[in-house]
Amino acid sequence: MTGDTLAIAWRTVSLAALATLVMLPPGIALAWILARRQFPGRAMLETLVSLPLVMPPVATGLMLIWVFGRRGPLGGPLSQLGIDVMFTWRAVVLAGAVMGLPLLVRATRAGFEQVDRRYEEIAGTLGASPRRVFLTISLPLAKRGVLAGALLGFSRALGEFGATIMVAGALPSTRTIAVAIYSYTETGQEAAATTMLAISASIAFGALLLSNRFASTS
Amino acid sequence: MPVPITLDFLLCQGDFRLEMHERVEARVVALFGPSGSGKTSVLEAIAGLRSLERGEIRIGSRILYDSGAGVDVPSHRRKVGYVPQDLTLFPHMNVKRNILYGARSDRDGGSAVDLEQILSLLELHPFLDRRVSDLSGGERQRVAMARALTSAPLVLLLDEPLTALDRGLRARVLPYLTRIRDELATPMVYVSHDEAEVRALADWVVELEGGRAIRSGPALIPSAGS
Repeated sequence: MTGDTLAIAWRTVSLAALATLVMLPPGIALAWILARRQFPGRAMLETLVSLPLVMPPVATGLMLIWVFGRRGPLGGPLSQLGIDVMFTWRAVVLAGAVMGLPLLVRATRAGFEQVDRRYEEIAGTLGASPRRVFLTISLPLAKRGVLAGALLGFSRALGEFGATIMVAGALPSTRTIAVAIYSYTETGQEAAATTMLAISASIAFGALLLSNRFASTS
Repeated sequence: MPVPITLDFLLCQGDFRLEMHERVEARVVALFGPSGSGKTSVLEAIAGLRSLERGEIRIGSRILYDSGAGVDVPSHRRKVGYVPQDLTLFPHMNVKRNILYGARSDRDGGSAVDLEQILSLLELHPFLDRRVSDLSGGERQRVAMARALTSAPLVLLLDEPLTALDRGLRARVLPYLTRIRDELATPMVYVSHDEAEVRALADWVVELEGGRAIRSGPALIPSAGS
């Protein structure tokens, strides 16, 4: 295994972990809202959240370019602050987070839905504010769903290719395992591609195994 | 000292209709009636867990609900100590954390309740570090009562609180409920089927049937079979 291979593996895992941290707060909030609140536009929100799951990842990548590119509604202001997103490690994190979010939301939402509302109600009668009920009752009781979702989101970010190659390219500084497998195969470096494949498979296998364990014992 | 208690409201839930028109002065209001008559719904309406069509709920000088004035105090600000029949102990907390859950909340104006006294009287010291899933029915009941009491409530809502206790323990806990009533002047709304409990505690009895009060009066001995 070359230093390059290791660097790519490390980059992939750490950026996927970062993507998971980025998607957790909005993911948990969305999951809770979808599990516990009735409001107009709920079906729309639900569909929007799941969209990256069924859209071609390349298309999601293109939308991210529109939003986070230098002339995009978010990319413009960020660029003025000196923060470039496209074709940096940030783009890898962004693509991983957006692609992993639907999986995180699904598992976490199922976790919240399994929490008996009686616990939340009774905690309320004991004087706990809705915020405290969420932090001390709902979230801990949905813990396994959240963990399963985080691992699924992490696994998705780990293997993300289509959106990543759109927003981060295959630069030496942004190359992830999935992108490297593609590049190595294209350039005939089969041994390097196989090493990458093995690393990718073992990490994904471990993450899924854990995720299933959390999901099945919840 | 008796407290003015107003339970005058309409609750509609699907086909079920619960109508109350009680304005009483009491320390302990007992609710009687067959299952499905609406006893638990009354408790949950007071606790703020059911949405009402209209009406008024007052305990002492506190207005918990008044549709005319647009008042509907959220459940977590009502300062009720509710012991539901299903107890609903938090499964991810041990006994101690369950009991202290309400005590942590800032509930100014609530009755001062001594935690040690509650633990001793309900004989809970040996169980503090246990998981709630390892408790017997009677033990769980005592934990739920302790949890409601430590939240220093302005009104206690008890749904058949002593049913799961054995006779000996019931006889020991009953005087404590009497003392809460007398010393802390915490009014109670009490659902029970036990005449002895009611005689020892209640000074007003409301008999419910099909979502309506069919009898209501001071120190009424419940009719046979209820």
